[in-house]
Amino acid sequence: MERYTGNPDAVRALVRDLEVHKDTYIDEEVFALEMEHLFANTWVYVGHASQVPNKGDFYTTTVGTEPVVMVRHTDDSIRVLYNRCPHKGVKVAGETCGNTGKFFRCPYHAWTFKTDGSLLAMPLKKGYENTGFESCEAKHGMAAVENVKVYRDFVFCRLNPQGIAFEDYFGESLSTIDNMVDRSPEGRLEVAGGVLRYMHNCNWKMLVDNQTDTCHPMVAHESSAGTAVKVWQEAPEGTPKPMAVELFAPFVSSYEFFENMGIRVWENGHGHTGVADSIHAAYSPAPGYWEQMVAAYGEERAKAILGDTRHNTVYFPNIMVKGPIQTLRLFKPIAANKTLVESWTFRLVGAPDLLLERTLMYNRLINAPTSVVGHDDLEMYERAQEALQSRGRNWINVARLFDPAEKEQKNVATNGTNEWQMRNQFRAWAKFMTESM
Amino acid sequence: MTTLDITHKTLTDFIYAEARLLDEQRFEDWLDLFTDDGHYWMPLAHGQTDPRLHTSLMYEDKLLLRVRVERLAGQRTFSQQPKSRCHHLLQAPTVESSDPGGEHIVRTAFHYVETRQDQQTLFAGWTTHHLVEDAGALKIRLKRVDLVNCDAAFGNIQLFM
Repeated sequence: MERYTGNPDAVRALVRDLEVHKDTYIDEEVFALEMEHLFANTWVYVGHASQVPNKGDFYTTTVGTEPVVMVRHTDDSIRVLYNRCPHKGVKVAGETCGNTGKFFRCPYHAWTFKTDGSLLAMPLKKGYENTGFESCEAKHGMAAVENVKVYRDFVFCRLNPQGIAFEDYFGESLSTIDNMVDRSPEGRLEVAGGVLRYMHNCNWKMLVDNQTDTCHPMVAHESSAGTAVKVWQEAPEGTPKPMAVELFAPFVSSYEFFENMGIRVWENGHGHTGVADSIHAAYSPAPGYWEQMVAAYGEERAKAILGDTRHNTVYFPNIMVKGPIQTLRLFKPIAANKTLVESWTFRLVGAPDLLLERTLMYNRLINAPTSVVGHDDLEMYERAQEALQSRGRNWINVARLFDPAEKEQKNVATNGTNEWQMRNQFRAWAKFMTESM
Repeated sequence: MTTLDITHKTLTDFIYAEARLLDEQRFEDWLDLFTDDGHYWMPLAHGQTDPRLHTSLMYEDKLLLRVRVERLAGQRTFSQQPKSRCHHLLQAPTVESSDPGGEHIVRTAFHYVETRQDQQTLFAGWTTHHLVEDAGALKIRLKRVDLVNCDAAFGNIQLFM
């Protein structure tokens, strides 16, 4: 029985001011509509330009559940193509990354395509003469995503040909990407250190919600970060504080700390924790880095860049960026109850290696399938995915610090334990789900 | 200090005994097998040589291993309620090199099963132990675990291979 397809009112009714219906997390039909509408109407992260530095370099990934290939075209621009041969439907680029030269060649029947997707050649071409092939879809080659935007080397695309403009969609939220890039003395990032891939048997939105959930760390992470602090306290006096403890300890900060650090809420579902303070604010300095930054930007500007220590920035729908620790987490939806989490890290080009080392250690300690912090979180998501099937309750609560006036406000900072950002995400969800229905 | 008489059998017996400690969840005893500067390394990439400027699944010193062991015993470790169990199946270890008074390198192919509730997950790979004499006993300076599919997407891996 279809309850939501072609029924925007039913979809909107899943999101109330103070609560969200369980079907947003567990219903396969809602998931299919998210792939059809939400992930097509929004600007979704594809990859980073440093993954395809040379002409012909490609990287295969998914946008929603659509297989795509991001490729550096012969004119040096970055193109995003649906990774599907127009002939028999075979996935054309098979490796995760590589260089395809001037064209892609389908491994099934050797049809070839330029790196903008257009059909270059096919064997026995004569066999298509006078057949009406000119009127076929296949004549146009691999389908290209028309709307691709590269912002400071971060590549986003919008699958629907019509829709909101990139600048209108992200607005002031781009300041987090700016800050992360500006932290390089050369103003440039490179993907570095490998990607951690972590399979979650839960809905992708549970991960997005968690990014600005500041009332869980001191509870769920008591077992990991709390134990790290305890083990450290038992170390002999005078032992230098290890980097790992410096990274773990802030997770078990008090409620007061998280309240005071603040949350900023932007339009279209974007927002970030860590306005005034954050769990990344008190890391030890890397020798030589400050001097590099002052030389590059001047003292005042360098201070402003490094003083902005935002915690988690959610770029709706499905990435989270950490500027101070150069991490991007991508929550790839696979099914209503299955999500692949990819945690990417970046080198601040020109900065000391110690910063990359810290970033990689953070990623390993917090975001790996072997991470004790990850274990704490995934346990909660999977328990929720299972228990949401219950008929005993139908709604998920997001009421904390709700104020009816918030719906008219944009770009506002508030108490760090406010669930406003979660409500903001769901308002954006309802908007972009129904925009093309 | 007397030097241990380290034979091929001493080394392989050590490998078997270590796996048994893990299967029996005697984690405190297992931790004692590491030297103070010992590491447990599970690379993320095939043939990875750098644990510092390339991410690993694990690259843990004794402090981080202790955090794991204490966490596993914690009352509020919800991802271990109920607990996981594990099983090692080892191929006969091969002694790659043996330096009397120095380092002994032993390589072992393994199948490892981790279970929790109704879920059973199989992993396969090779461990490389770098063993040294320390205060009259054989100790682990480095245990490297190379999974055959180290770059695959995994769910939780909560115990030790």
